[in-house]
Amino acid sequence: MKAPTLISLGLAAALFWSAPLQAEDAPLKVGFVYVSPIGDAGWTYMHDRARQIVDKEFGDRVETNYVESVSEGSDSQRVIRNLSANGHDLIFTTSFGYMNPTIRVAQRFPNVRYEHATGYKTAENVGNYQARAYQGRYLAGMAAGAMTETDTIGYVAGFPIPEVLRGINAFTLGVREVNPDASVRVSWINSWHDPAKERESASSLIRQDADVLTMHADSPAVVQAAQDEGVYGIGYNSNMESYGPDAHLTSVMMHWEPIYREKIQAVLDGSWESKSIWYGLSEGVVKMAPMHPDIPESVTERISKHRNAIINGDREVFQGPVRNQDGEEIIAEGESLSDGQLLEINWYVEGIKGKLPN
Amino acid sequence: MSIDIIENILFATIRTGTPLLLVALGAMISERSGVLNLGQEGMILVGAVCAFIGAYTTDSLLIGVASGLASGALFSLIFAVIAISLVSSQIATGLALTIFGTGLSAFLGVDYVGLSIDGLDEWPIPLLHDIPVIGKAFFAQDMLVYGSFALFAAIYYVMSRTRVGLIIRAVGENPGVAHSMGYRVLLVRYATVMFGGAMAGLAGAYLSLAYTPMWTEGMSAGRGWIALALVVFASWRTGRVLVGAWLFAFASILHLVLQGFGYDISPNLLGMLPYLATIIALVMMMQRAGTAQLAPRSLGQPYYPQK
Repeated sequence: MKAPTLISLGLAAALFWSAPLQAEDAPLKVGFVYVSPIGDAGWTYMHDRARQIVDKEFGDRVETNYVESVSEGSDSQRVIRNLSANGHDLIFTTSFGYMNPTIRVAQRFPNVRYEHATGYKTAENVGNYQARAYQGRYLAGMAAGAMTETDTIGYVAGFPIPEVLRGINAFTLGVREVNPDASVRVSWINSWHDPAKERESASSLIRQDADVLTMHADSPAVVQAAQDEGVYGIGYNSNMESYGPDAHLTSVMMHWEPIYREKIQAVLDGSWESKSIWYGLSEGVVKMAPMHPDIPESVTERISKHRNAIINGDREVFQGPVRNQDGEEIIAEGESLSDGQLLEINWYVEGIKGKLPN
Repeated sequence: MSIDIIENILFATIRTGTPLLLVALGAMISERSGVLNLGQEGMILVGAVCAFIGAYTTDSLLIGVASGLASGALFSLIFAVIAISLVSSQIATGLALTIFGTGLSAFLGVDYVGLSIDGLDEWPIPLLHDIPVIGKAFFAQDMLVYGSFALFAAIYYVMSRTRVGLIIRAVGENPGVAHSMGYRVLLVRYATVMFGGAMAGLAGAYLSLAYTPMWTEGMSAGRGWIALALVVFASWRTGRVLVGAWLFAFASILHLVLQGFGYDISPNLLGMLPYLATIIALVMMMQRAGTAQLAPRSLGQPYYPQK
């Protein structure tokens, strides 16, 4: 598609031309690169909300700028380079596909600090950060497992990358925790942001008997479809209750501001160093929206018990015994997956219907 | 596959095909008069956001639809002035319109992200919607889908049976001759471009009021570009535009349904299916019909009337 390319070209050019003169004690310039428009009501929307929060908190000490709808690949490299060249001290690149471009640009700007979201590579001046969304997915899965009557739950998903598979697996583990008979059907749509397709995919899952839906895509279309067709829906990224007041069981919400606050503060203090951080329920990066009143109290109590156990470190989401789709034990009793293994998940847990696309 | 599933697939096909059909018909009309407007994507988005704002602020879906139509037409006027009156490059102007429309819709819609409205309801037509297999697809849809049927019929009639259609085609084939015969080439082109804008605006309204009643930036997700390609592969014929739009929609739905049945086909491959199927089908139709001349002859060329 030509349009996003041209937009980001235009934006990149605009950034280039607007390169201001650096004042003496200028504020710390922090740049953000977003993969979708800030009005997507999903992933980028929550990153930008976090940017606005920290921008306000730090006041005059920090100036934030962002470039939205930057496609992954060489376009993003140009945008990141331009941000680096016009005086940004810290740059957050907020999509998996920005990993290599970020690393490449970082080599040429050793004095600029970079933070890349959801990847696995670091360098001297490149750190990375992630959110343990899967912890929230697990709790949401428990709600779904308790509320399904057909024992079929639908999951609309963008692309089969580890981040998404981790969420689907964790969700399914949560479902089976409360309802061992239930299974999860996944529908791949090959897009992060196409509301009409997300909606159609949701309808298609409902026709295959799903009566609770959730998604790993950007828009609230799936929750809306659930409302429309009289089933339950679970939101992601932001609280999506307004899109399905009767349907909305809960949402797994992403709050990036604790990470942005910490990283910006570190640069201001001069204590920044390249790290990989992975924050979840404990740090308030992943939160749950209020639960639907239809969910029985016994279930919500169980959910909050698990939530507390995860926060206290008493239990892991991927805690053995866990079997894969073929019934082989992947995680033995008493063991759990390391962060490294979590980052490389490329299998389905037991309870997911359909084959994992390669 | 049971009848029920086929019924649902067809229902979803028509729903998915509607925005494509509306945009492609509009684009076809302006291209038949010789104007290539690549701004479809921008016009859809402007139509979608204005329709949503109209419906949200007045609580009336009718006003929403009207705002979609009007905003699309007005927005295309920018293109018309620059590309027709000021004879700039149609390609560049169209691309600029898409970029501008994407930005403008985001700007207008900032305060409307995260809001929800009750969308357009389905209006099953008594008796007809009970027809097995196709009843639900054709007679249990919402008003905008019925509107797309009516618009298709009207456009088909106008383009093949009326003087107006003949004039539009004459302007697109040879504006010089049309001019010397006393037709106002520029006026015709303004009209077709604004008609195309209104159609794209209507498609936007369908997305933000009926299909997924909400506003999110970039919600057209490339449908404007697909519609433009459909027009080319349909070799500017009204009937083939309809076939192409619905076929594309059918293949996209099949992609979702086949996954559900657990067929072990890569989703990337399935994702290509709509494009492949549509191109192959339309190219075959082109071959069979032996369409000698494809594009309107003056397509993309500006015209300066000689006084």
